[in-house]
Amino acid sequence: MISVRNITKRFGSYAALHGIDLDIEPGEFIALLGPSGSGKTTLLRIIAGLEFQDSGQVLFDGDDVSSLKVADRHVGFVFQQYALFRHMTVAENVAFGLQVKRRRDRPTRAAIRDRAEELLRLVQLEGLGGRYPGQLSGGQRQRVALARALAIEPQLLLLDEPFGALDAKVRKDLRRWLRDLHKQMGLTSIFVTHDQEEALELADRVVVMDHGKIEQVGTPEEIYMNPATPFVSHFVGETNRVTGGSGEIHFRPHDVDVVAEGGEAVLVDNVFRKGGCWRVEGALVETSMFVEIDVDAALPQPRPGDTIRIVPRRSRQFHFEPTSNPEGGQA
Amino acid sequence: MKVRATSEDRLTQIVLIGLALTFLAFFLLLPLVAVFSEALGQGLGMFLEAVQTPDALAAIRLTLIIAAISVPLNVVFGIAASWAITKFQFPGKSLLITLIDLPFSVSPVVSGLIFVLLFGANGFVGPWLAEHDLKIIFAVPGIVLATVFITFPFVARELIPLMMEQGKDDEEAALSLGASGWQTFWHVTLPNIRWGLLYGVLLCNARAMGEFGAVSVVSGHIRGETNTMPLHVEILYNEYDFVGAFAVASLLALLALVTLVAKSVLEWRFDLHSGASH
Amino acid sequence: MSNTLALAGAPPGVLPRTIARTWRKRSVMPGFGLTFGFTLAWLTLIVLIPLATIFLKAAGMGWHEFVAVGLSPRALAAYRLSFGTAAAAALVNAVFGLLVAWVLVRYSFPGKRVVSALVDLPFALPTAVAGIALTSLYAPNGWIGQFLEPMGIKVAFTSLGITIALVFIGLPFVVRSVEPVLADLGKDVEEAAATLGASRYQTFSRVILPAIGPALLTGFAMAFARGVGEYGSVIFISGNMPGKTEIAPLLIVTQLEQYAYAGATAIAVVMMLASFAVLLLINWIQAVNRRRMGA
Repeated sequence: MISVRNITKRFGSYAALHGIDLDIEPGEFIALLGPSGSGKTTLLRIIAGLEFQDSGQVLFDGDDVSSLKVADRHVGFVFQQYALFRHMTVAENVAFGLQVKRRRDRPTRAAIRDRAEELLRLVQLEGLGGRYPGQLSGGQRQRVALARALAIEPQLLLLDEPFGALDAKVRKDLRRWLRDLHKQMGLTSIFVTHDQEEALELADRVVVMDHGKIEQVGTPEEIYMNPATPFVSHFVGETNRVTGGSGEIHFRPHDVDVVAEGGEAVLVDNVFRKGGCWRVEGALVETSMFVEIDVDAALPQPRPGDTIRIVPRRSRQFHFEPTSNPEGGQA
Repeated sequence: MKVRATSEDRLTQIVLIGLALTFLAFFLLLPLVAVFSEALGQGLGMFLEAVQTPDALAAIRLTLIIAAISVPLNVVFGIAASWAITKFQFPGKSLLITLIDLPFSVSPVVSGLIFVLLFGANGFVGPWLAEHDLKIIFAVPGIVLATVFITFPFVARELIPLMMEQGKDDEEAALSLGASGWQTFWHVTLPNIRWGLLYGVLLCNARAMGEFGAVSVVSGHIRGETNTMPLHVEILYNEYDFVGAFAVASLLALLALVTLVAKSVLEWRFDLHSGASH
Repeated sequence: MSNTLALAGAPPGVLPRTIARTWRKRSVMPGFGLTFGFTLAWLTLIVLIPLATIFLKAAGMGWHEFVAVGLSPRALAAYRLSFGTAAAAALVNAVFGLLVAWVLVRYSFPGKRVVSALVDLPFALPTAVAGIALTSLYAPNGWIGQFLEPMGIKVAFTSLGITIALVFIGLPFVVRSVEPVLADLGKDVEEAAATLGASRYQTFSRVILPAIGPALLTGFAMAFARGVGEYGSVIFISGNMPGKTEIAPLLIVTQLEQYAYAGATAIAVVMMLASFAVLLLINWIQAVNRRRMGA
């Protein structure tokens, strides 16, 4: 089990993290999700030992590793730009972690070669061991970086924006592949992402962060359906925000029923097809606040200038700061 | 304090910094200090006297003339060459760049020798020159030629990477707005490259004024006529007039310091060599 | 091929233009003819023709004469000295230049900018000035020489002195070629090595050094090439004893002073060929290296 206790980190006058607590069960696949500057990468680097917290502890199975050097933490780290050694072949890259072991711990040359081959097979790069990183595609480099991190048999795998540098198609394939690989190996893993779709698709649990604080920890379902704070509600998935009274009401575009009478009147401004729905953009007649609504495409297409009446099926009310208590549930 | 994965502990750092600074102090700083110390060692009066002899003044004048001719020539060439090389695609480009760099890999002495072989009394064109009473070797034109050869790549070398990085978007925009070629160059390209150009001019000028080997071969060492400052330093030194030699040398060292300061200011202000020059 | 056939029937005047256009890619930018023409003409006039004369002159000598002067015992001793001291100095510079570059890129300390500017001093200081300054420092009664003399170390007027002058001349070449590569080397690569269990020393020797190797080699080669041809800073400190401390460029000058143009030419040609060979070899190593890394 990996535990983070009350971690605080400042860069000069800028507080990157304040008071982070987090427990990660063995075998879990955790996503650190947040916008840039939320502190998610800093937290990942502190767990790895690449940065040092100002206060607080990092515990691996109950042992405080805070004073342990990165080289002694046995953590696999996949860097955003892969950080492959360009002057080494793919096989040499993968074998690096074994080559630098102390002589008495170092496997034989043949064992290292076999291990590298085995790992390359695992990441489906069999036969490419003799290539140089410069001769590989982005997706292939990503997998070399992963195989290299796995070579040291880490107790924990950390991935910094693992798909950030890839184009959309490759990203999707690799995502699915990584999820399968995690299932197969069961290695405790944490990855950082700013892409909510990626976090919801891959992770067992998602840690949503903002401004150096954890906003919510939960399964993807919990995060999406019961966001704990206005930030989570807004950052994960599409959300309409309507202010009223002492707080604001959030509802998702697809959590809306169109009714003949009653509800709220919406003046339609623009309509286009979005998958199986009509996406309606308009303004609440009463307050002229902007809303987005998904209307079943089986219904007639609304026209700009029409007025439709809506009732949110499911919404959440948040009180304004400083109370900010969520009152989720049915409205 | 904990040591980051990508750094060394403070003690190692201090040892390495100390080692590097000691090395630089012995090999760079001390010679520089020695020049001024020897020049002023016998008092300011001796120094002023030494740099005001007619021969010293003639040498200073000649050095300034040589620089005033060869630097502008290299500026024109540097701009033309870098325009052709960076704004157009043509085969043989890398060969052209290699040829422009060629004078860097030729010994200064050989750089002088080639002009002696060409224009000297027994040279290929020598007899013809003698017939027409033209003098190149052991005269100012020879010194200019050798200097231009030695400093040939300086300006082009600064401008080619700079203009390569800037691309030709700005020029194409200007052309599409109806500017003529000259207008585009004058109003768009030149402002973009002016600091890089100045940088190249500085280095070119320092070399032009300080060149010794090549000039020594073609000059003939005629006092008051074909002696540049570096050559004058040699003559005085060989005559054991150390104060005189170091006095003139200190003027050249001063020029070097001014060059270094100007160069550093340019680098800090305009980030010329970090790849982010916009 | 088909292009050539199609052009065969073109009217006169069209042909050169078309060839020019297919030779270089079409461009809307103006001034190619002017700038390229001027560049080529000036290059030919100032560099190529003068350089060609030396080979022309050498070709005019008989093979026996060429060998007799170009490879005479005195000349061979001069080459050995020039190449040997240049190599030694370049080696010293490779080590200390790397150290200086490392310190300048990686660490912060007071006066760093001044130190950085000072590194370029050998580029800006006229060689003759450097020469007399170094001589006065290392002469038996000089600031440094007076301490070395009792220890039995003679610098001025020996090959050690020549090497010191060449270290001075060559230092910035190494520092300036290593510096940008070291600065560009991503921190993440070093971090990756650390996460994989490498010690700092292992990271340096297995990751950093190979990555800056090509730049270091380039700096070494430039310092070496410059050292072989260097004249001004060396002649004062070398003592100029034929066969002992007489460098090759000085031998050329000596020959010239005796109006022995053929001798000077032969020695110059041998030096140039050797220098070009070294540079070609290093270029070739770099090219192989680049191709291997697919960059």
